[in-house]
Amino acid sequence: MTTIPIPRSDPDPNGSRAHAQLERYPIMRELPDEGTLTTQLLAPLWTSHPAWKWLFLASGALSLLFLFAIGVTFVRGIGAWGNNIPVAWAYAITDFVWWIGIGHAGTFISAFLLLLHQRWRASINRLAEAMTLFALVNASLFPILHLGRPWFFYWLVPYPATMGVWPNFKSSLPWDVAAISTYFTVSLLFWYLGLVPDLAAARDRAPGRTRRRVYGLFALGWHGSGTEWRHYRVAYTLLAGLATPLVVSVHSIVSLDFAIAQLPGWHSTIFPPYFVVGAIYSGFAMVLMLVLPVRHVFRLHNVITRRHLDHIALLLLVTGSLLAYSYLCEAFGAWYSGDLFERYTMLTARTRGPYAAFFWIMTAVNVLTPQLFWWTRLRTNVVVLFVVGVLIWVGMWLERFVIIVASLNRDFLPSSWHFYAPTWVDWSLLAGSVGLFSFLFLAFLRWVPFVPVSEVKREQREIAWESAYVDRDGAMPEVMR
Amino acid sequence: MTHPRLAAEFTTADALQSAVDALAREHYRELETYAPFDMPELDATLGRRRSRLGWFVAAGGLAGLIIAYGIQWWANVRSYPLYVGGRPAHAVPAFVPATFEGMILAASLTAFFGVLIVLRLPKLWIPEDEIDGFSRASVDRFWLTANHFASDLDRDHAAKLMRSAGARRVIVAGD
Repeated sequence: MTTIPIPRSDPDPNGSRAHAQLERYPIMRELPDEGTLTTQLLAPLWTSHPAWKWLFLASGALSLLFLFAIGVTFVRGIGAWGNNIPVAWAYAITDFVWWIGIGHAGTFISAFLLLLHQRWRASINRLAEAMTLFALVNASLFPILHLGRPWFFYWLVPYPATMGVWPNFKSSLPWDVAAISTYFTVSLLFWYLGLVPDLAAARDRAPGRTRRRVYGLFALGWHGSGTEWRHYRVAYTLLAGLATPLVVSVHSIVSLDFAIAQLPGWHSTIFPPYFVVGAIYSGFAMVLMLVLPVRHVFRLHNVITRRHLDHIALLLLVTGSLLAYSYLCEAFGAWYSGDLFERYTMLTARTRGPYAAFFWIMTAVNVLTPQLFWWTRLRTNVVVLFVVGVLIWVGMWLERFVIIVASLNRDFLPSSWHFYAPTWVDWSLLAGSVGLFSFLFLAFLRWVPFVPVSEVKREQREIAWESAYVDRDGAMPEVMR
Repeated sequence: MTHPRLAAEFTTADALQSAVDALAREHYRELETYAPFDMPELDATLGRRRSRLGWFVAAGGLAGLIIAYGIQWWANVRSYPLYVGGRPAHAVPAFVPATFEGMILAASLTAFFGVLIVLRLPKLWIPEDEIDGFSRASVDRFWLTANHFASDLDRDHAAKLMRSAGARRVIVAGD
């Protein structure tokens, strides 16, 4: 059950090409009955993997570093960072944009693909959505830290203060607050609502009274009655429908932080779609980084098959190509504008300036590596996928760095140009945020059913219907693609 | 005269479906199913209509839209107009992002809390919890309960239909 041979046989001559694809990589394979499946998928909740404790401790230590760097920032202020004038935005905003972008793929998988009836999302949507939540926890911290006086962050919220001073909604900062807080809330609700039936299964399968009570508390008394499912289904789909435009809006709004500024390299109408595509791209890279080890460690090869990996890789190819097109458009726009400063920033400073190395690494990684996925063999090779995932994950961080720092450090007036270098606090915040993410994600893997049990069962039933249909007629129904 | 309710346990979704078909064909009412996953295919047979939650969510979204725009209008136009760079105090395009987010937030909160209210969740107990082994309804068992019978004879007939559909056991709840 743990290894999947890649069939080397030719596609079925009687079936369509899609049918042959399906035969080679089914969404689920060798699925046991519902009871055994539940046992398999809930097993990680009852027994801890030996390495888990050490990873949890290590990520906890890294989170403490994060806390320490935050403490330093609180005490010493932004001066503890490498930021200067003109590079007033640097690592913190890079990390913010990077993390929030990563979150987008989770919503894309859990909401967008649900609306499009993409069946393969079922096995990985919980994991991806958890990634969104934890990425957002990190993302929301950075702009707050960047406020200078982070303890006054609530001034960004329009609360009825006695001073009568309100946020200025013509500024993009309150837009960010609205977008990020909404995105986090909606993601949390959507994720939790999806969890309820599985928490009920965990409650009914939990060994011991304490666990039964805890899972029972969170399961809200779910019994899976037809009435419950009838309303639940609509609420869940509605939340997916609401999360889909939301996810597009969030990174659009983040990109407006830049686009509404006058700075060459930022002031561009292409930014909203360019950022959204890049966000989903970086998120899929991280999904791969998470799904592959989880699949391997927990032996989930029957519910997360090569079909899933193939699809994620294809989405990386699509979003990566769109991103490459955006890079091209950006450069072309700068050249075609004839504007001296635009041309200098995009064509000279980026390619030959102080951060040119990052620019070229970013371009190579983000543009070239996804092109590997034109080959089916590479799309299903776990080692290639993991390496590409890591590369793109880093490449997208570099992209945000290049957009922010390489645009700021050489603006209109050469006499004010200034080089930027991060301090140890900047590095600690970046590493610490990765630590906090890992910490939260490991906790999630330990205590939350991370493969949607009830959704997998539902898919199993539909697949059984459809394979009966295929066997009889030799053709694949439309819904199976 | 009330008659004890019937509860039948099935091991497969197909068996549950055929039992529902059989009972619905004979016009048994107040049938309820329990399954570890969504089975929308039963809705037509049981005469379940689509949830009307959507209308409430739409109303919630509209309220969120109005509130979000209203807050911005109050803050930046009425209470404390701020004139910078010749921009109008009532800058409609600038108010769009937060208005949109407010709409989505309110609609999502309505969807989430709406489903909890409609289903009366959280729920500590339902009568079916007293049936031994009922908790497997969230794992790998499918239950069908029938709550309305004209007579004992009627109930026994329903139990027979459940058994012939493949029920693993049929329980007269309350016995």
